[in-house]
Amino acid sequence: MRDHKKLKAFELTDEKDFIEIRWHGRGGQGAITAAKIVASAAFVSGYLGVVMAPTFGTERRGAPVMTSLKISRRKIYDLSPIEKPDIIVVLDHLLLAEADVTCGLKPGGIIVLNTPKAFESYNFKDYRLATADITAISVEAGLPHGMVNAGIIGTLARATNLLGMDILIQGIEEEFRTRNPEKNSLAAKIAFERTVARG
Amino acid sequence: MHIIENGNVAAALGVLLCRVNVIAAYPITPQTPLTERLSEYVESGEMQAEYIPVESEHSALAVCIAASSAGARTFTATSANGLLYMHEQVQWAAGARLPIVMCVVNRAVGAPWNVWNDQQDSISQRDTGWIQMYCSDHQQIIDAVIKAYWLAEKVSIPIMVCYDGYILSHTYMPFDVPDQEKVDAFLSPFRPDYALNPDQPANLNTVTLPDVRMDVRGELAHGYMEIRYLLQEEMRTSLTVAAEAEKRFADIFGRGGDPYIEPYLCADAQYIAVGLGSLTYQLRVSVDVLRKEGIKVGVMGVRFYRPFPDEALAEALKGKKGVIVFEKALSYGYEGALVSDLKSALYDHLAGTGVMPMVQNIILGIGGRDIRTEDLTQALRAAAKSRVSRQPVWIGLKL
Repeated sequence: MRDHKKLKAFELTDEKDFIEIRWHGRGGQGAITAAKIVASAAFVSGYLGVVMAPTFGTERRGAPVMTSLKISRRKIYDLSPIEKPDIIVVLDHLLLAEADVTCGLKPGGIIVLNTPKAFESYNFKDYRLATADITAISVEAGLPHGMVNAGIIGTLARATNLLGMDILIQGIEEEFRTRNPEKNSLAAKIAFERTVARG
Repeated sequence: MHIIENGNVAAALGVLLCRVNVIAAYPITPQTPLTERLSEYVESGEMQAEYIPVESEHSALAVCIAASSAGARTFTATSANGLLYMHEQVQWAAGARLPIVMCVVNRAVGAPWNVWNDQQDSISQRDTGWIQMYCSDHQQIIDAVIKAYWLAEKVSIPIMVCYDGYILSHTYMPFDVPDQEKVDAFLSPFRPDYALNPDQPANLNTVTLPDVRMDVRGELAHGYMEIRYLLQEEMRTSLTVAAEAEKRFADIFGRGGDPYIEPYLCADAQYIAVGLGSLTYQLRVSVDVLRKEGIKVGVMGVRFYRPFPDEALAEALKGKKGVIVFEKALSYGYEGALVSDLKSALYDHLAGTGVMPMVQNIILGIGGRDIRTEDLTQALRAAAKSRVSRQPVWIGLKL
């Protein structure tokens, strides 16, 4: 039984005008591209401050990589890495065992996870969790195996209500305009529908 | 048009908009994506320029020197040991008075090997006769490249546009890409007084004796010392020309400000943090925190490091209780280069006036050591309480 209940909306209000999202993926998985799409969508949606900073120096295919995305109503002057994210996005569930992905995540923070495992098999007591099997969904959408960076945006959108799905879809099709734009946006749409979330 | 891209792309777009004729560069992290992007512009025909791949940084600048001497607008870029390998030609370009623009994507120098950010590379080239500009965000990078060509060609002095490796070069943020028509209105094609021409042969920068002497046409020619004196004089004059560039730029593009310094909450501040590059923007966050605690602090970015805006800095800092200079480089055996220059400026302009601030030096972020905003806030808070040490204080050190 899939639970389609949406998480409590994660709106940017005056109290919460600064959102920090940390992305965890593997070198070559496209976490930076995904973060860039979300960054552009945020900017188009009126957030003047958008900063996306990859961690540097040790990128190689398959190795755990991270990128920071800060979104604010105002220009961002602090480019230092995120220490206390509001949201973490994990493109590969195996990273949970390999890297300290929840490090610094605020209590009540959101974990957006690509996993083939059942939602119920996870227990993050202090955090809210949203999962989808993006790997399978992307193949279903017609993408080559392992292309998950567009799909995960659908799950992020469903879990957080941070940005409009229409703007994100536009951003995905623009970013992938020469590489299967429709299949990528379809993956995000299916992921949006199939995201299991509780919080 | 606003786009979201990284700092290297901001620099590349600036070079594209300036209609540079010749690019020669050798890839080095974290500058590589900048030169890759330029080679793509040339390859696709988007940019009408010669891209000359070379086997070293020394050759990259040698190519720019030759092309610039022949009247071409030229560009190169490098980082760290690449800049050091170029050093002989760096000096030559300045002595030859060629308006080359080079981006220095700031990175720590080896040994030991390190690819991350500090500013030892460009600071170590302080005395070469190049103008040095420092950028704090992507808008400043693209704007600085455009201003740099105008200024360099006006004063016949090469310019380094310096920006922090990774922190700016690889980080994505929104910035405005100016319209080509506006850039064309700001920057005319390069027309040097003399360009190498087979129909009018000339010797350039041949052996120049200690004393003046008659040249081949029988005219009294400068000796080496006159030529070098003029470089110094015209470096100083270029401060005024930089102000003109800033004003022209603001008139056409509608943004800009003080050409030399970028103050934040400095007017009523008792303590002012001073630095170069993106660090001074990060310090704004600390200033905001401390202001809420009732501590009157401000921060000032130095946008122009050479020629040194001594008068503007002394004027802005006079009467303050303290100045705290944060540096990602140092002159080994003494202290940070910027703090020495700043103290010299304060002494020159304020000695005996009773409005001389205390000055402290903080060294941080060497070789890419994380600079945590909390640590900056703590360092600034402590420095505003009392002068911590006459020696530079290192923060973030794990000894």
